[in-house]
Amino acid sequence: MAGTIRPRSPEELRQAVEWALNAGETLDVHGTGSKLDLGKPMRCDQVLDLSGLSGIVDYAPEELVVTLRAGTAMREVEALLAQRNQMLAFEPPDLGPLLGRAPGEGTLVGTIMGNFAGPRRLSAGAARDHLLGFSGVNGRGEAFKSGGRVMKNVTGYDLSKLLAGSWGTLAVLDEVSVKVLPAPDQTRTLLLHGLGDAAAVTAMCAAMGSPHEVSGAAHVGDATALRVEGVAPSVEARVKGLRDLFSSVEMKELGTLESRAFWREVRDAVPLAAAADDIVWRISCAPTDGATIVARIKATRPAAKAFYDWSGGLIWLALPASDDADHALVRAGLAGHATLIRAPATVRAAVPVFQPRPPALAALTARIKESFDPMRLFNPGRMGPS
Amino acid sequence: MQMPPLDPDILRRRGEIVAALKAIVPGEGVIDDLDGMRPYECDALSAYRQMPLVVVLPETVGQVSAILRYCQDHKVKVVPRGAGTSLSGGSMPVGDAILLGMAKFNRVLEIDYANRCARVQPGVTNLGVTKAVEHEGFYYAPDPSSQIACSIGGNVAENSGGVHCLKYGLTTNNLLGIEMVLMTGEVVRLGGKHLDPGGYDLMGLMTGSEGLLGVVTEVTVRLLRKPSTAPASLGKPSSTARAADCVAAVIASGIIPGGMEMMDKDAVQCAENFVGAGYPLDAEGLLIVELDGPPVEVDYLVERVAEIARGRGATTVRVSRDEQERVLFWAGRKAAFPAVGQITPDYMCLDGSVPRGRLVEVLGEMRQMSKQHRLRVVNVFHAGDGNLHPLILFDANDADELRRAEEFGADILRLCVRVGGVLTGEHGVGIEKRDLMGVQFTEIDLDQQMRVKCAFDPDHLLNPGKVFPKLRRCAELGRVTVHDNKIPFPDIPRF
Repeated sequence: MAGTIRPRSPEELRQAVEWALNAGETLDVHGTGSKLDLGKPMRCDQVLDLSGLSGIVDYAPEELVVTLRAGTAMREVEALLAQRNQMLAFEPPDLGPLLGRAPGEGTLVGTIMGNFAGPRRLSAGAARDHLLGFSGVNGRGEAFKSGGRVMKNVTGYDLSKLLAGSWGTLAVLDEVSVKVLPAPDQTRTLLLHGLGDAAAVTAMCAAMGSPHEVSGAAHVGDATALRVEGVAPSVEARVKGLRDLFSSVEMKELGTLESRAFWREVRDAVPLAAAADDIVWRISCAPTDGATIVARIKATRPAAKAFYDWSGGLIWLALPASDDADHALVRAGLAGHATLIRAPATVRAAVPVFQPRPPALAALTARIKESFDPMRLFNPGRMGPS
Repeated sequence: MQMPPLDPDILRRRGEIVAALKAIVPGEGVIDDLDGMRPYECDALSAYRQMPLVVVLPETVGQVSAILRYCQDHKVKVVPRGAGTSLSGGSMPVGDAILLGMAKFNRVLEIDYANRCARVQPGVTNLGVTKAVEHEGFYYAPDPSSQIACSIGGNVAENSGGVHCLKYGLTTNNLLGIEMVLMTGEVVRLGGKHLDPGGYDLMGLMTGSEGLLGVVTEVTVRLLRKPSTAPASLGKPSSTARAADCVAAVIASGIIPGGMEMMDKDAVQCAENFVGAGYPLDAEGLLIVELDGPPVEVDYLVERVAEIARGRGATTVRVSRDEQERVLFWAGRKAAFPAVGQITPDYMCLDGSVPRGRLVEVLGEMRQMSKQHRLRVVNVFHAGDGNLHPLILFDANDADELRRAEEFGADILRLCVRVGGVLTGEHGVGIEKRDLMGVQFTEIDLDQQMRVKCAFDPDHLLNPGKVFPKLRRCAELGRVTVHDNKIPFPDIPRF
């Protein structure tokens, strides 16, 4: 049974890593542990618990930036921003319920470490696009920083991009600065009915290519949903524009509150949460490939269930339980990447959870890991062998 | 500007290196005569000049790969170059390095409207991408002022911005994929037409890496549908403090304009003389706000912005009546740098970023410094995102003025860092800000960045002498010191 180390300051964090380096102890780095069932299972000597490094350091709404400690709960950040009518525009998902946990458990930094994003990824970017800078500790026990608190910054390498999506394998962060944006006054959703998967993807791509600034395009069950956000007169005009574009299709409209509930479900993959034994994949592909990929998988696994976000470019796929999660089938000929989101630990241990990379990239990835964490202290094996 | 000492062995082997390159790139793709190399002796930071060892202009990915592999095997340095418009010396040649020009990679390979992206070669100009798709109502969002000349490959290397970044992001937010060649000659593809990588975000790392990590041979960019209207409003604030206040108030009210630019009095006058944009010549400064979107939204927002501006003392507020006038409003801003050339033999263009809330203070201090250094400074900047472009006016023929201009510039950038900003918002570090990196970063910060460099280029062959003030050998950086249990467990809660 691993012990837990819980630093209370950036200096204690640095000391803990320095100690681990010298003692040769590996560290399972986590905030609240809400995503421990995601990624490759690990066996570490110690748990490095960041919940002692928590709280907002600075929030400047007119600068569009918030600075906070790594252990700060997502709930706390979202509540703070809501007071000033602002938001994390990348719409961070809460995968708790999908992973069989309570909702609202995670930290913002945990979401950044997985580079997650919700439906607004299409127009606003992912977590990577909102991390302005950070400070933390590398695997040599050295405190370092990168980026800053300003919107435009090209001073030195953009290590924020590298850290976002690194699943805690490169460095342990103690503080991040994140870009925030005004929350929209109004949200409306147009639901088109009766389109099959292929027709739905075509419709979503047409909507995204229209001047109506669609900020969410998902196809769930029978409904193809297009979201429009902004100030009232604009939302009105754009919804009308979309109605005209799809005048031959049966449609329904959701107002602001109904829209929020709908898109939260898309964001958190709620349609796939209930069947707890199903294996769940998240596949990123070119939007126009979405329906074809699902049709190909369904030809072999008719019981597969899927819904689409990102105009068809994000497939949430549920498959019946199996020992290999059908990973070869899911990834056959895929131009994009597939991540195994939900599966028993034995399955995640046996198959690649993250998209395998060609040899030159895998070697480069290993060298980058080494440049931050030469002794492989942080989350060893979390992203697979490297 | 101190560059690394030339390697006499490489200089001696020049003939052999030229012959090897000619074997890889046939015909006129290798330029080794002085007259032919002359156009490459500098980039847009023209105060610094240096002839390269030899210029090579490959036409295929295979040739780029063979060149880099040759250079790796024979330890020959390489400076990659796009259109040579870098304002920080990012593509300035190095005397013992090959200059690898990517200008022949100038084709648009694929346009995919359904997936809203275009696949282009890196030598295509920034504006060339928009030109290729605008007939269908699409465009490529980042629009640096040099967009008519600068290349997409260079944009990736520098993470170029432009006037619409606040709303539409920089290059890094508008890329879907790249193909690049590593120093080993290996060709790798990152991303594609899908969003986000499956592992470490190497494309994000490459963007803004200033040609130090690899050579980009193909870029997939995200296309956006053109907004249905985009009028610009011109505000004439009563003072710079009021203007900065106005910028903050617009953002705090929940409006993110497509662009929000400020010019001070001198900049306004120069620009007006240059292009006749109709700017008010008696203005203390000028604030240009561009609002885009459907007509009803723009009408609504223009009214709100105008109200905010008037409420904060703007004496004149004008709204462009049509696309022609909008382009004219911007023409003055976009031509501001060359326009300043009318009142000075030379100018030095800086590029710090500061928190918006510190703008007024920074501008005030800059005026003080201007007196101290006895040089004029003109300010043109992206007010929406706090990215300053002070232009220091001087005469390069006067050695003392050049020295004072350099000192003044360094003082301004130190000021930016002191108020919580950074050395460069969009022009890059290059050679220009290289020696100031220590103002913003500790040695540990820089060592970590250099270790990342080592993961790509262990012999420091790519774009040497740029970005890092002093280079440390990768073997030395890679050493790990472990004190075998000699460090006791610190006094930290443990369970």
